[in-house]
Amino acid sequence: MNFELTEERQMLQDGLRRFLRESYTPTLRAELAQQDAGFSRSIWSGLAEMGVIGALFDEDDGGFAGAGFDISVVFEELGRVGAVDPLIDTALLGGGLIAALGNDTQKQNVEGVIDGSIQLALAHGEPASRFDLSHVESTATGDGDGFVLNGRKAVVINAPAADHILVSARTSGDVADQDGISLFLVPTSTPGMTLRGYALVSGGEAAEILLDDVRLDRAALLGGEGSAFEAISRVQARATLAISAEALGLMESIRELTTDYLRTRKQFGKPIGKFQALQHRMADVLIEIEQARSAVINLAGHIDAPADIRDKHVSATKNLIGNVAKLVAEESIQMHGGIGMTEEYELGHLAKRLIMVDHRFGDAIYHLERFIALAVA
Amino acid sequence: MDLNYTEEQQAFRDEVRSFLAENLPSRLADKVKFGKTLTKQDHEEWHAILNEKGWLAGNWPTAFGGAGWNAVQRHIFEDEMTSAAAPRIVPFGLAMLGPVLQKFGSKAQQDHYLPRILNGDDWWCQGYSEPGAGSDLASVRTTAERDGDHYVVNGQKTWTTLGQHANMIFCLVRTSKEGKPQEGISFLLVDMNSPGIKVRPIVLIDGEPEVNEVFFDDVRVPVENRVGEENKGWTYAKYLLTHERTNIAGVGFANAGLENLKRIARAERANGRPLIENPHFAARIARVEIDLMAMSTTNLRVVSKAAAGQAPGAESSMLKVKGTIIRQEINALTRTAVGPYAMPFASEALEDGSNLGPVGPAYAETATAQYLNNRKLSIYGGSNEVQRSILSKAILEL
Repeated sequence: MNFELTEERQMLQDGLRRFLRESYTPTLRAELAQQDAGFSRSIWSGLAEMGVIGALFDEDDGGFAGAGFDISVVFEELGRVGAVDPLIDTALLGGGLIAALGNDTQKQNVEGVIDGSIQLALAHGEPASRFDLSHVESTATGDGDGFVLNGRKAVVINAPAADHILVSARTSGDVADQDGISLFLVPTSTPGMTLRGYALVSGGEAAEILLDDVRLDRAALLGGEGSAFEAISRVQARATLAISAEALGLMESIRELTTDYLRTRKQFGKPIGKFQALQHRMADVLIEIEQARSAVINLAGHIDAPADIRDKHVSATKNLIGNVAKLVAEESIQMHGGIGMTEEYELGHLAKRLIMVDHRFGDAIYHLERFIALAVA
Repeated sequence: MDLNYTEEQQAFRDEVRSFLAENLPSRLADKVKFGKTLTKQDHEEWHAILNEKGWLAGNWPTAFGGAGWNAVQRHIFEDEMTSAAAPRIVPFGLAMLGPVLQKFGSKAQQDHYLPRILNGDDWWCQGYSEPGAGSDLASVRTTAERDGDHYVVNGQKTWTTLGQHANMIFCLVRTSKEGKPQEGISFLLVDMNSPGIKVRPIVLIDGEPEVNEVFFDDVRVPVENRVGEENKGWTYAKYLLTHERTNIAGVGFANAGLENLKRIARAERANGRPLIENPHFAARIARVEIDLMAMSTTNLRVVSKAAAGQAPGAESSMLKVKGTIIRQEINALTRTAVGPYAMPFASEALEDGSNLGPVGPAYAETATAQYLNNRKLSIYGGSNEVQRSILSKAILEL
């Protein structure tokens, strides 16, 4: 039993923490809102240069790490500063799928991801799919040697900045079948694909994507026809680990802000942290954050386990994270009072980002039901 | 014990309902239903319609131009207003200042200000909280120093809701530093157009500038704008807060929110069936509905006592805590119900006249903004911590 980070991961954590503290200046968030991509290209280059993106891929794919604890170290640090950089989308989802399914030509894009020159997005969810991974209504029908795609993709995070979008579409089977889902690597400028971009509550950007007779060469197909589900499940599990670790980092920073506030804000002639009503609630928040940390460790340790064991841990962790995230965000706002409601104060962005974690990769209720099916029933 | 309204009360309910059906502009009801931000003009339009009917000030005695309703009638009116999705009556002049002027104001103040509140000539805002005086309201530090027949006001107020629309502000100011903090406070009426006043909007986490900071720099206020006696303002402030706490349970808002939540949960599909059939989600809805059913009756018990002339005390605190917990849970479930479509930030969705359709389903558009905005419910008007302290003080007598 050893819960210490390896020397390499400790160095990664220290370096990344320093870099992000320096990069995420107090004025940065307002500046980012004005930029087209919703994140900073120079911070992105810095992350690539430090090897942070490479740390998310294993050596076979051109990276140098890629294990569960590498993901959790990186994303906890990103969470601490409320970073909006689309590492989940470009690296874990997009890059991860190309690395898993791509041919040699397609895999050249992974190099571009690791060196920071390429942005990706995964267009899998649809207006009616909610969190069901196998629910794909969009279709890809054979057309000579290629395919024609039709359908709509919902809340595709990082699509406005992406060079290529990985689009899932059904080449066979019924709407909810796991078999018959294919993936395509589509340049964002492809005719017939229309993006409606918008900002997100948590920062960053997304788009609704309309597929209207999008004609693609056979070379755009990523992996075998109709067999993308398993790979999508695997990258989604890794992305769930990432967002859970990010949530943990957000919680740690929120905890710091809130304890500072309880120590310094005075009402009725004393720091409000002297009131036992608040002391006990803060203690409950601390207990739950430690639960969250252990849940992230559990998932990181099982991310490469066989799918049934892995997914049991995915659902256990994401369910717990969803519940704790709500508690931590709501309690921290309440204990701050009015100031916690303002956009200007740092807590606002962190709390919103934490609340939004429950709306990606399945919410607490979705994962409760999935956990029952996988582990209890 | 009889859970039914009397025939007379039922007739009053029918009268209110048909009035609203005929006179509430559907444009305004739609904005309320979809959680859009109402403009100043929207509020003024609706106030004018109610004033025309004589129903704008349900809580005011008829002698002052109010409807003179008792607590049960007011409850029925508020209940019907929320089910019809009518804009809420802006409380600052009507629910807060009006009763204070009626009880403590001079004849001249009553004659001047009360008709102007009814007619919409003045839009009032509340100058209570300060950066250092939140839950501990008696520690206000904004000063008013006497200079001939004026006070000179210096300091800062904050969390001033809709202050951007206001031309008048009622303020708690410090006129004496002697004795207990409560003993040196006066209640002043200040023209927002006076030289030396600056208003700065505060954007909240939902992206809306709903509240403001108000700065006072040597603002001269005529002495006749003081309500009641000098240094007795705390008494008037507390009286005002008891009126702020009418309809504090927000039963109508909760009922409307619950209906909306169920509508969304029926429309959303999860795993191939309506979300409302998911047993875990349905259980969460059921729990809050069960709580709401009981709380509605607690509310009616308090309302009935009030109608019989017993002023609610600690019960107000009870209703505030339970009422806000219920409303915030409904907001959280609504956010959860819309799934991934809770993520888009739809600032334009809150405003009027947006040309773009919603990114996802129309019902999803403001779910997150409303959830975030209503975190304020347990903070403002005496935070839930303050309410719990009032309750425990009342019962423990320590």
